[in-house]
Amino acid sequence: MSDDELIWRIAGGSGDGIDSTSQNFAKALMRAGLHVFTHRHYPSRIRGGHTYVEIRASADEVQSRGDGYNFLLALGDSFARNPQEEAYYGNEEIKPLSENLDELREGGIIVYDEGLVSEEDVADLNLEERAEENDWHVFPMDLRGLAKEHGREVMRNTAGVGVTAALLDMDLEHIEDLMSDAMGGDVLESNLEILHEAYEIVNEEYEFEHDLRAPTGEHETEQALLSGSNAIAYGSIDEGCRFIAGYPMTPWTDVFTILSQNFPDMGGIAEQVEDEIAAAALAVGASHAGAKAMSGSSGGGFALMSEPLGLAEMTETPIVLLESMRAGPSTGMPTKPEQGDLEFVLYTSQGDSSRVVFAPATIEECYEQTRLAFHIAYEYQIPAIIIYDQKLSGENTNVPVEFFDREPNPDLGSTLTEEELKEAAHDASGKFHRFAYEHESGAENGVSPRSLPGQKGGRYLATGNEHSPVGHISEDPDNRVYQMSRRIQKLDHIREELDEEHDSNQTYFGDESADFGIITWGSSQGAVAEAVDRLNENGHSVKAVGVSDMMPFPETEMVEFLESVDEAMVVEMNATAQFRGLIQKELGRYGEKMTSLLKYNGNPFEPAEVVESAEINLNGGEEEPSAQVHIEPAAGD
Amino acid sequence: MSAFNAIGDEREIDREEYTPGVEPQPTWCPGCGDFGVLKSLKQALPEVGRTPEETLVCTGIGCSGKLNSYLDTYGFHTIHGRSLPVARAAKLANDGLEVIAAGGDGDGYGIGGNHFIHTARENHDMTYIVFNNEIFGLTKGQTSPTSPKGHKSKTQPGGTAKTPIRPLSMSLTSGATYIARTAAVNPNQAKEIIAEAIEHDGFAHVDFLTQCPTWNKDARQYVPYIDVQESDDYDFDVTDRGEAAQMMHETEDVLNEGTVLTGRYYVDDESPSYQQEKKDLGRVPQEPLAERYFDDDAEWERSYDLLERHT
Repeated sequence: MSDDELIWRIAGGSGDGIDSTSQNFAKALMRAGLHVFTHRHYPSRIRGGHTYVEIRASADEVQSRGDGYNFLLALGDSFARNPQEEAYYGNEEIKPLSENLDELREGGIIVYDEGLVSEEDVADLNLEERAEENDWHVFPMDLRGLAKEHGREVMRNTAGVGVTAALLDMDLEHIEDLMSDAMGGDVLESNLEILHEAYEIVNEEYEFEHDLRAPTGEHETEQALLSGSNAIAYGSIDEGCRFIAGYPMTPWTDVFTILSQNFPDMGGIAEQVEDEIAAAALAVGASHAGAKAMSGSSGGGFALMSEPLGLAEMTETPIVLLESMRAGPSTGMPTKPEQGDLEFVLYTSQGDSSRVVFAPATIEECYEQTRLAFHIAYEYQIPAIIIYDQKLSGENTNVPVEFFDREPNPDLGSTLTEEELKEAAHDASGKFHRFAYEHESGAENGVSPRSLPGQKGGRYLATGNEHSPVGHISEDPDNRVYQMSRRIQKLDHIREELDEEHDSNQTYFGDESADFGIITWGSSQGAVAEAVDRLNENGHSVKAVGVSDMMPFPETEMVEFLESVDEAMVVEMNATAQFRGLIQKELGRYGEKMTSLLKYNGNPFEPAEVVESAEINLNGGEEEPSAQVHIEPAAGD
Repeated sequence: MSAFNAIGDEREIDREEYTPGVEPQPTWCPGCGDFGVLKSLKQALPEVGRTPEETLVCTGIGCSGKLNSYLDTYGFHTIHGRSLPVARAAKLANDGLEVIAAGGDGDGYGIGGNHFIHTARENHDMTYIVFNNEIFGLTKGQTSPTSPKGHKSKTQPGGTAKTPIRPLSMSLTSGATYIARTAAVNPNQAKEIIAEAIEHDGFAHVDFLTQCPTWNKDARQYVPYIDVQESDDYDFDVTDRGEAAQMMHETEDVLNEGTVLTGRYYVDDESPSYQQEKKDLGRVPQEPLAERYFDDDAEWERSYDLLERHT
């Protein structure tokens, strides 16, 4: 935890413009030279219901949400239902203020809209008393009134930003610029008036006693503010993907939307279809005909994709699928993150699975691993899946613009041209040996190059049945064993390529000589990375690895890591320790070395929770963690 | 220069080109109506000038799914009910291809019913042949979506209480722009209808009555059949949605009473196909997407050029 950091939380109801206001404010902080990281908390509801966005800003790099926060802008929920006794939802209007108090740090600031939140409700919160105890600085302001006076009520967000800027002693320049970019005419005028008015009222009428100020920093190069969904979409664009098919589902919809908006201007095709079975089947069909294609969904929709996924494996059709996890089972908690779909994504669809699964942890990894997924899929003719979650999908952080300055790669991988087809093996009747035995194709990595419909001399049959070299249905035992082994063995060759030709997708943190290790995967990596720093600052010796290669499993790296520690804690957002299970399955040992830290309450890990649980383990594992997490003992304990 | 030179290849085509050397003889039961579909395709394809390598046939699962094995074109034997989404995406990626989808009545009107409705609605430029034998054949004779009410089978021992699907009416309501019914026992009409369906620029749906001599012995062999265009008893305008709807309804009503009506039911040559519609809107590239990957001069857009909105 940096002392010099701002964690600003803007809270209101769904539909109150929390998301767009926070986006702009995060961008303003980034432009001012700070590193930013956002975290979005929202209900599955169009209007109303408590929602907040948190922006962590610091002069140093930030890779996770922080522990709690230090500035609350509570706008009130303008779409709140009437409070009724017995109703489980209680008083919604006050929630943006009341629900957020427990996590506010000592010395923190509270600004709330007294134009929307009633005095009696505030009185019920014992706010004064609690402020006294915690050294909070409370600023009630009639943001709604101010907005109404100069424009419209909905502009109270702007008033809130003006108050924030004044209290944090921030320059308005970047905020004004961003407003000018986003709007014009009377709307811009009113908003600017409200911004300045709020800023001045605070400076003139309020006395400051708080210490919190916006940190100052500087970027060496120009920065861009992006989410994991942006990065996945951009990775696919740069890899020449120009076909996407999908069906809306939170949180996967983000990538689907970005590409649907961009593809038509890039000669690409985006199809919104009747269901997810069709979506993945379309990706298969488009790829079969020679496009770089993708589809995706979240857990429930991905369940429907099991069929086409298996078909892609059997027909060796390259596709990239996305799975943006949210809390399950079934509809679960649609807008809350979880890492509970790992086992499902690894094994869904009948028969032995042969697929590649990457779990990126950061915005940069989302981009890189999406590109890698396309490369592997098209080279090895295998489905490649990016598994990520609601957290990574929607959290924004700054990345240097130059990171994206790369060459596109539209290469179709192991696909033949008509010229090359002339040299390839055919049977007597002219059918191309699409699924050739290795001695015919000359390929040593299990891949038999493919043709595309419409090419001269490439005729073959693709089928979900077991098939002969030309694709005809075959139940011959020798052919079966040959084809099956060839398909499965591609994973070994992919592992080899990943180990030998690419930088590792695993990220290592901490003290290399440490005896205590933390293992995590996907988006939980950020919180773990920060926790490792703190643990080492606290005098412990700890290291960590964030794993992205789920399949094929990075056996060498994981054995090395686990051999080097006495004890390891596996951190993941699910209730049944799925990744720990995968490690044991893949390595066949280390069960007695690994404990688990699990969280499945709908909120991602905060670094402090990882620190606390690691310290409990380091102290013998007797205590209970204070947070809503669960420590699962090692096998045999 | 095209990377797909089989497309648009103008030459004489011998129908024997469509017979695969690997598996020239089908495994369908003697007397099976599926032979009729195969034969009509082998006749219609050369007639309309489509070569084996510019044709992609996507099938589902069942006896009908074996069509691919006996028709030597590019083929994709997909999974049960899913031939349509695979087929229409292939057409979107490379619209030079002649795309034909085929499957049984369970495949198309049952498990794949949702895809059928939506592919028809979108009016993709392709042909969809449904082998309708009013039964699940390959799994040994269970009641299917088109089986008549009261049909008894091992899975419906008391006789089904369901009225059968109305394939033609469903197709019309969904938005198909060429709708016909033919029968394996009527090879000349079948060939003509298949040829028209292939030539049609939009979603052409052919409900093909294919008798199952093994599992549906009780059913008529769809003889005698009546061609509604040739018979004097029927007079309706195939371009009139209302008249077509009425004729379809009657055809579906009388099938299980022993009157087999066949022919063209609805033809709409005016509505643009989905591909055309999307091209006109600038949502699908003018040149086939698949060609672009082979074009060494193609300039590929970069995400780097989209970053301004994020800075």
